[in-house]
Amino acid sequence: MAEPWEDDELDGPVRKFMYVNRRAPYGTIYALESLEVVLIAAAFEQDVSLVFMDDGVYQIKKEQNTDAIGVKNFSPTYRALEGYDVEKLYVEKESLESRGLTTDDLIVPVQVVEKDQLAELMEEQEVILSF
Amino acid sequence: MPIEVNGKSLEVDEEGYLANLNEWEPEVATIMAKEDGTELTENHWEVINFLREYYEEYQIAPAVRVLTKAIGKKLGKDKGNSKYLYELFPYGPAKQACKYAGLPKPTGCV
Amino acid sequence: MPMLHTVNKSPFERRTLDTALRHAVKGSAILLIEDGVYAAFDGTVVADKVKAALSDHKIYVLGPDVAARGMSEHHVIDGIDVVDYGGFVDLVTEYDKVQSWL
Repeated sequence: MAEPWEDDELDGPVRKFMYVNRRAPYGTIYALESLEVVLIAAAFEQDVSLVFMDDGVYQIKKEQNTDAIGVKNFSPTYRALEGYDVEKLYVEKESLESRGLTTDDLIVPVQVVEKDQLAELMEEQEVILSF
Repeated sequence: MPIEVNGKSLEVDEEGYLANLNEWEPEVATIMAKEDGTELTENHWEVINFLREYYEEYQIAPAVRVLTKAIGKKLGKDKGNSKYLYELFPYGPAKQACKYAGLPKPTGCV
Repeated sequence: MPMLHTVNKSPFERRTLDTALRHAVKGSAILLIEDGVYAAFDGTVVADKVKAALSDHKIYVLGPDVAARGMSEHHVIDGIDVVDYGGFVDLVTEYDKVQSWL
């Protein structure tokens, strides 16, 4: 039997997972649930990409401060994704612009994509999960 | 069963993780380790302190793979490997060290 | 009879704000809370509609919900007042009815 430390290289199939985030944080539970599932997939070394579109772009807005609403601020966790090798973060250009935001407003480096590019990226995936 | 630390009774969950992160003090780790039959060394504290800093920055407990890589970056390759961390924390490095550090159980953890 | 209308849905996702404005008589107040606060920020595609509504309504936005979403007073459209929880309570007592649009 393998020693426990020899057991942590996972040999299962690697699939292309895309998580599509379309909801604002805090008003509903979708954003936090998505983040937790992303972390689990990443821990299993899957090929993960994240999309932020529609109100989902608000999830990665800088300077969130939830002290006064008594809810945990989970936005710093998006910055941990790099350490999980989740580096494919896409933001839909139209969604950002219609909310008067730019990439300077975001807490993580992202790739801004047009809706056509995004459609192509979706075509390349094996699994798409929408939150 | 709550744990007794410096005359205070601290709430823990059914797996022994501290219910309230803010109630942590170094003594918590010492007492939890003693219950597991472990005497904490400098090497243990390095990892525990690292985890607390990680949580402070990212608001999560890291998965074991992420912890191993990050420890390697910070403390050197001889410490950033699974064998070293499993020897320190035989119940699973992320799981056991997170518990001593007062953090929640890591998501998708070992 | 002027009343206080609260709106807690994002204007980009739901029509709740439109519905509230359609049914609010002149002089009624609108309080934006939770995801409803996104209607209060300048530079968005809904900002013009909200600015237009200011001529018929006092509009307020709940500060703690603004801060939680990474926004601050300087993002808020001129003419909209930022209130805290105490201000929320004051509004509820100032108007004799509250319509909470969900």
